[in-house]
Amino acid sequence: MARDSHAALVALNRFGFGARGGASGDLVNAASDPRGFVKAELARPSGVLLEAPGLQSTPQLAQAVFAYQDQVKQAREAAKTAAPAEAPMPQAPADQKPAVRRNLSLNAAATEIAGQMAEAKPADNAAKPEIMQPNTAAPPAAKPAPQPLNVIQKTFRAEALARLQRATLVECGFTERLVVFWSNHFCISATKGELARMWAGAFEREAIRPHVLGRFADMLKAVEQHPAMLFFLDNQQSLGPDSRAGQNRKRGLNENLAREIMELHTLGVGGGYTQEDVTSLARIITGWTFAGRQGQLGTPGSFVFNSNAHQPGPQVLLGKTYEAAGLGQGEAALADIARHPSTAKFIATKFVRHFVADDPPQALVARLRDVFVKTDGDLKAMAVALVDSDEAWKAPLTKMRSPYDFVIASGRLLARVPEDPGAYLNNLNLLGQPLWSPAGPNGFPDTSVAWAAPEGIKLRLDIAAQMGARLGNNIDPLDLLEFAAADAASVETRRTIERAESRQQALALLLMSPEMQRR
Amino acid sequence: MLDCVENRLLTSRRGLLLGGASFAAWAYLPKFARAADGRDPRLIVVILRGALDGLATVAPVGDPDYAGLHGSIALATSGAHPAIMLDPFFGLHPAMPEFARMYRDMHAAVIHAVATPYRERSHFDGQDVLESGYAGPGRVQSGWLNRALEALPRGERVSSGLAVGPTTPLVLRGNAPTVGWAPVALPQADDDTAMRLVDLYRHRDPALASALSQGLQLEKAASGDDMKPKGGINGGNAVAQMRQVARGAAKLMVADDGPRIAALAFDGWDTHANEGGPVGRLAFLLGGLDGALAEFESGLGGRWRDTVVVVATEFGRTARINGTDGTDHGTGTIALLAGGAVKGGRVISDWPGLKLANLYEARDLKPTTDLRSVIKGVLQGQFGLSDRVLAETVFPDSAAARPMKGLVV
Repeated sequence: MARDSHAALVALNRFGFGARGGASGDLVNAASDPRGFVKAELARPSGVLLEAPGLQSTPQLAQAVFAYQDQVKQAREAAKTAAPAEAPMPQAPADQKPAVRRNLSLNAAATEIAGQMAEAKPADNAAKPEIMQPNTAAPPAAKPAPQPLNVIQKTFRAEALARLQRATLVECGFTERLVVFWSNHFCISATKGELARMWAGAFEREAIRPHVLGRFADMLKAVEQHPAMLFFLDNQQSLGPDSRAGQNRKRGLNENLAREIMELHTLGVGGGYTQEDVTSLARIITGWTFAGRQGQLGTPGSFVFNSNAHQPGPQVLLGKTYEAAGLGQGEAALADIARHPSTAKFIATKFVRHFVADDPPQALVARLRDVFVKTDGDLKAMAVALVDSDEAWKAPLTKMRSPYDFVIASGRLLARVPEDPGAYLNNLNLLGQPLWSPAGPNGFPDTSVAWAAPEGIKLRLDIAAQMGARLGNNIDPLDLLEFAAADAASVETRRTIERAESRQQALALLLMSPEMQRR
Repeated sequence: MLDCVENRLLTSRRGLLLGGASFAAWAYLPKFARAADGRDPRLIVVILRGALDGLATVAPVGDPDYAGLHGSIALATSGAHPAIMLDPFFGLHPAMPEFARMYRDMHAAVIHAVATPYRERSHFDGQDVLESGYAGPGRVQSGWLNRALEALPRGERVSSGLAVGPTTPLVLRGNAPTVGWAPVALPQADDDTAMRLVDLYRHRDPALASALSQGLQLEKAASGDDMKPKGGINGGNAVAQMRQVARGAAKLMVADDGPRIAALAFDGWDTHANEGGPVGRLAFLLGGLDGALAEFESGLGGRWRDTVVVVATEFGRTARINGTDGTDHGTGTIALLAGGAVKGGRVISDWPGLKLANLYEARDLKPTTDLRSVIKGVLQGQFGLSDRVLAETVFPDSAAARPMKGLVV
């Protein structure tokens, strides 16, 4: 076996999504050149983009939502005319619907999960036949005809599936881990409303992925001008009080996005801004919106600068005056904020905390901060510096895998390419990390204490037991342990798996072992 | 050797819990009676994440500046959905009839113009201050409720704090053991598999051993037929979810050996846009909170008499509505108390007024009461914690915020 299984474990688990089962040879490859194994993905910048048949652009998706909403409305009107005595179906306001759906999926999960696990179809072997072990024929399960999905649900599931498949198939997964990191840093929530659910995947494909190995300033601009972010943090409604629209409509400023740009996206709390700066930035980005369904401002669902809503005049932000320049005023402000020393420190700290330790080694943070500053926010350079550091390889594997990492790592080890996202989405809901749906704009937590809570671990065990029950039949758990950790596995883990009373139980225990839970 | 240990563990989860050192809190289960009068007090802390608009929930309709500031979303004493007047000055949001009933029965109180010591406007720092109990952000290792648990005299120790939800809220994190429960149904791993895993963790990963053991203990106590949403709601919305969470927590807490202290959090109060007035988004959420309070009351049965529910949020919202019929991050807000042990029927407030000059930074309700005084008053009234422990351990460096007297019967 490989000389350095521990380094291979760091390469695959700390930086990636864990070793793939089947004939991948991931652990052996990683052991022979751990750093090279991780960095190989960075050398393929096109590998970060995600394109799949049927995935559409943000304006196309917006138009589909508008059409769907019109249909619903017409159907409701028709029903009213046809049967006026009958009370119409109560319709929750748009921003409550995701809660409805999520709750239903929570409740339904108990009964659905077993079935969905069983129904997971054979892998799409065409994609990567050589590494995926074929499943034995899963009989087509007879299930009751489900409620047909609407276009928003279908889109969300298609976006989810594309992301899950990518994460399952890639070699190491470092690039995908970077995508998940940045997507959580600049998060939106699909629970905000129908548009947000529709756009959640497109936002990541369009605003995050192109810049994960590019420049921070470019990602920042792409994010803050993306309709999904403008919608999520209410900026499309914000009007300059002295703008023409503000005067006419007697509406005005909403400082939500401006505050989170500085607090969560760039400078960080304590990064040197004041309430006046928040208000000032809010004024600067008035008019940043997206064209609505009528399309008066442009293609419906596309970013537009609406000068009618823009607060006129120069603004002072962080001690600097930004002259009136329409869209350019905000773009200049964002470019400066992206370069601010507080931003470099905030990003470097968060980055190291995510990949290395809850309490990030300060020397490494300082080094990455310097790289960020010297390269003008080159995110690939920062990622390379992380992989080149000693700290990232020496720090013990103490971080908990997040629920997303856990379900992906499990699928990879079992060499199952998801064909239907249902079981994954259910499990993520159960474990408190619903896909693209954090509770607030600060994203999902990134410390072990959050993911190692009693209830969370208990639920992971229940999920692992279900997977064991469904899939344990056809696998040799000790083979899987070789794929996952080889001689980096502890004696106790190996013995626990050896002594399990069944293959099913052995698989559950393997998936729950510290080697699979910590990274 | 290993097999022997396993055999002992496999007898039952209960056996494990009673045998393991890290579960000592369960071992000497509580006669947690208040020494003086033999009561068995319970405390539930509800955190509203996102910053509740206190001026929209308990509206100072008697303040001449209120209607102008809160504009299109202001509550009024007339109209289709009038505010429920709590006294001649303050009106309660019409979405909260249960709280109004408790208030009339003298079992609910409002503290208005309240805030933590935090004076910036970041949700996350604000929540850290609210939950950690420290005067400023950045201290996130433990929460005040956990330190209060730790400070309880030995022998009176409660079973554990109960964290409701898939993760433990900061307010309940710390050295004192806690248990967690979330209202989710899933086919469960069998006991044998669970025990084998606990054993592996005990050798390789003590933190996970402790977490898993606690997770295993709670699940059974909380499950039961009546955990399914009742009244035909079918888990249909956030309101039902809040009720369901409260019902499950109450079921755990009503047991003789159940937790005496629980913390949970409800999300979604960050009403920047289209907040709504008597009806709308905030009304919907307040209805859920109101339902949760009613579930606590009915679920705790005879124990409700000895219960205090504290509802608190990280800060308030701007007094003046913003340009999008919502409110931005502010400062002063409200805290709510409910329960049979509350000396209620009162809005407690040193009202600062809403004239521009009286607003904090000319935009927010000025806080005149320190939220820590309120919570200290509840902790002292329920559990008899001393001024010193409260000022040094539970809320470090808070001697100036004296415990509010007379909140608890």
